[in-house]
Amino acid sequence: MSKGSPISPSLMAAKSAGAGKAPEKAERAADAALDTAATVSPVLGPNNVVPPTEMTGSQAIVRSLEELGVEDIFGLPGGAILPTYDPLMASSMNHILVRHEQGAGHAAQGYAMVTGKVGVCIATSGPGATNLVTAIMDAHMDSVPMVAITGQVSSAVIGTDAFQEADIVGITMPITKHSFLVTDPNDIPHVMAEAFHLASTGRPGPVLVDIAKDAQVGKMTFSWPPRIDLPGYRPVVRGHNKQVREAAKLIASAAKPVLYVGGGVVKAHASAELRELAELTGAPVVTTLMARGVFPDSHQQHVGMPGMHGSVSAVTALQQSDLLITLGARFDDRVTGVLSTFAPNAKVIHADIDPAEISKNRTADVPIVGSVKEIIPELTEAVRTQFAQSGTPDLDNWWAFLNNLRNTYPLGWTEPEDGLSAPQRVLQRIGELTGPEGIYVAGVGQHQMWAAQFIKYERPHAWLNSGGAGTMGYAVPAAMGAKVGDPDRVVWAIDGDGCFQMTNQELATCAINNIPIKVAIINNSSLGMVRQWQTLFYEGRYSNTDLNTGHDTVRIPDFVKLADAYGCAALRCERDEDIDDTIKKALEINDRPVVIDFVVSPNSMVWPMVPAGVSNDQIQVARNMTPEWEEED
Amino acid sequence: MSRHTLSVLVEDKPGVLTRVASLFARRAFNINSLAVGPTEIPGISRMTVVVDADGDLIEQVTKQLNKLINVIKIVELTSESSVQRDHILVKVRADAATRLQVTQAADLFRASVVDVSTDSLVIEATGHPEKLTALLSVLEPFGIREIVQSGTLAVGRGSRSMSDRALRSA
Repeated sequence: MSKGSPISPSLMAAKSAGAGKAPEKAERAADAALDTAATVSPVLGPNNVVPPTEMTGSQAIVRSLEELGVEDIFGLPGGAILPTYDPLMASSMNHILVRHEQGAGHAAQGYAMVTGKVGVCIATSGPGATNLVTAIMDAHMDSVPMVAITGQVSSAVIGTDAFQEADIVGITMPITKHSFLVTDPNDIPHVMAEAFHLASTGRPGPVLVDIAKDAQVGKMTFSWPPRIDLPGYRPVVRGHNKQVREAAKLIASAAKPVLYVGGGVVKAHASAELRELAELTGAPVVTTLMARGVFPDSHQQHVGMPGMHGSVSAVTALQQSDLLITLGARFDDRVTGVLSTFAPNAKVIHADIDPAEISKNRTADVPIVGSVKEIIPELTEAVRTQFAQSGTPDLDNWWAFLNNLRNTYPLGWTEPEDGLSAPQRVLQRIGELTGPEGIYVAGVGQHQMWAAQFIKYERPHAWLNSGGAGTMGYAVPAAMGAKVGDPDRVVWAIDGDGCFQMTNQELATCAINNIPIKVAIINNSSLGMVRQWQTLFYEGRYSNTDLNTGHDTVRIPDFVKLADAYGCAALRCERDEDIDDTIKKALEINDRPVVIDFVVSPNSMVWPMVPAGVSNDQIQVARNMTPEWEEED
Repeated sequence: MSRHTLSVLVEDKPGVLTRVASLFARRAFNINSLAVGPTEIPGISRMTVVVDADGDLIEQVTKQLNKLINVIKIVELTSESSVQRDHILVKVRADAATRLQVTQAADLFRASVVDVSTDSLVIEATGHPEKLTALLSVLEPFGIREIVQSGTLAVGRGSRSMSDRALRSA
């Protein structure tokens, strides 16, 4: 079976589209270097050979997952997926029963983000499947490898509005990398292998496998490994040599280069490669919200996070640059501000595995399609050669300018005037007391930005958040998934009081399954980011943002009581002087989840900020305060 | 905005038309016409999509289409390098007094009459979209009762086939 298995589709693209079963001799010689790689099976897992065996479709689902190397699954059963839960009980795989399917989806994401493996979630048909939609969309926006398996009503009644029937393939079509509807049990092995292959290769993403109940119940013949048949899927992995050399030329002649590094470098596990390139070029590095940690914050070449709440040095580095070396980033509107005014004088090198990202928002002068894992080392070599020929560029003026900005406008905060704690201090102390080996998982909003700003990240896969989708409620279940994937690390869910109320039911899952995450609720008693916008742009009219969970309110819910009810250790911290002790206490509790209610000021705001709809040049370091620009030339 | 004709080879799988059509909708691209049918290779269908878009946008359309797993190959066919045809069926008012005029008009466009009744004719015509527009404007004074039009079909000129290189890579 494996002898005759297809050449890895990922390598196809490096050849001409016509590469056939028996390539011509010349072609074969040219690709000799690739041949060893070409024998790697696109079927994940150890590729054990399983001779044809009679079983049911549901047994085939479980067996396929086992053969694919899956160890942990997050899910919740129901009618249409019930047949599959029966053989699952006998499997060695660890199934974690969540309390809401959205939790299963985010947990699979968190798991995938820390392990690099495909996260797996299971739900039943209809509402079970639609409850996964938010997590699927989140995984789609942030390119998280995930396979979602849903039960579907029997094929005989599909289309009749049967009980708990939903067209989940149709519903998720725009938010999945691909999806399958399985009605014949014999399709299960190859569909599962294809789903995992699609989710984990190229630009990763969520794949949905919807399996009709009769396909689960029906008899089939299982054999492994199956043949993957995806003629339309040929992700390009290797960058084009000529483009790489062009990029090296631009780097050698740039006076103000910036390495604009995105989440793709995290996904490609190319942190070490990035560091080598960065140190060779001497260029400043900015890490986007999705890339925090892929280049150490403590490195002197790191100038911060760019974007709407980026540091002045990072935002300005991009604005003033004459060359953006863009690696696995996508010119998101939260980074560019008004696109037409973004980095107006910069040429653009854009390396990305997804050709559709290149020149989507910003036209690339040198596009390089491929995996940054392959491209960065090749670029490093090309730059080395180029520097040897034309000399190492002098970036002293550029660094003098940026260092001045860094020193003049460091990240910081003003103390609240209401006597409550500054949320920024809480985040900073959590980071300092836990250290860079911890994993930090944020929800969405002010606390997310403060966590991105004030916790220092030194390694990739330490920072998880919902970037593209901005899903409130991501933190608790994603932290749960992260803890399952990497149980030896301290995992913090940094949540807001609004976010926490969306998915905190997974505390039950954590408590019962011994998944001791730590939850820091940054409780400003409001939907803080929305409130901040109301303060700034709606004359302080706080329409529907007060949550009554904080200081001097009715405290509904009381987070301490709630956490206690869920079997978690529950702490509350209301004063600056208690912050350290509370965090230390939480770090000492490892036999159950810990929830800390950090009561903080509702008036603290996230700064710097580039207001929506204006150029990044209008960045404000505090309300109505724009930096004094020193024109350096 | 300029008009582009894309030939798209796709796997003949359930939902593939929806995937293509909904991609156009959600990325805010405008489909001018769409024609789908089987090809000489079992399991492979070919879509001809006519899009109104500027140069940058058509590149983005193509890239996004290529991301669909069921899409195998996309070729843009220019009007010079390809043959492009639409097919049309027109029901025209035609009684004993006007029938001859209508059939003569049809003859001029090498269209054929495929159904006759006492007060109407159905005319079938094939041709480049401009020719069909001209035909319609000639028939218009007689009274057009119904028009049914296919999407544009297009094939590259010369001996090369779009499918022979694309499909063996599986």
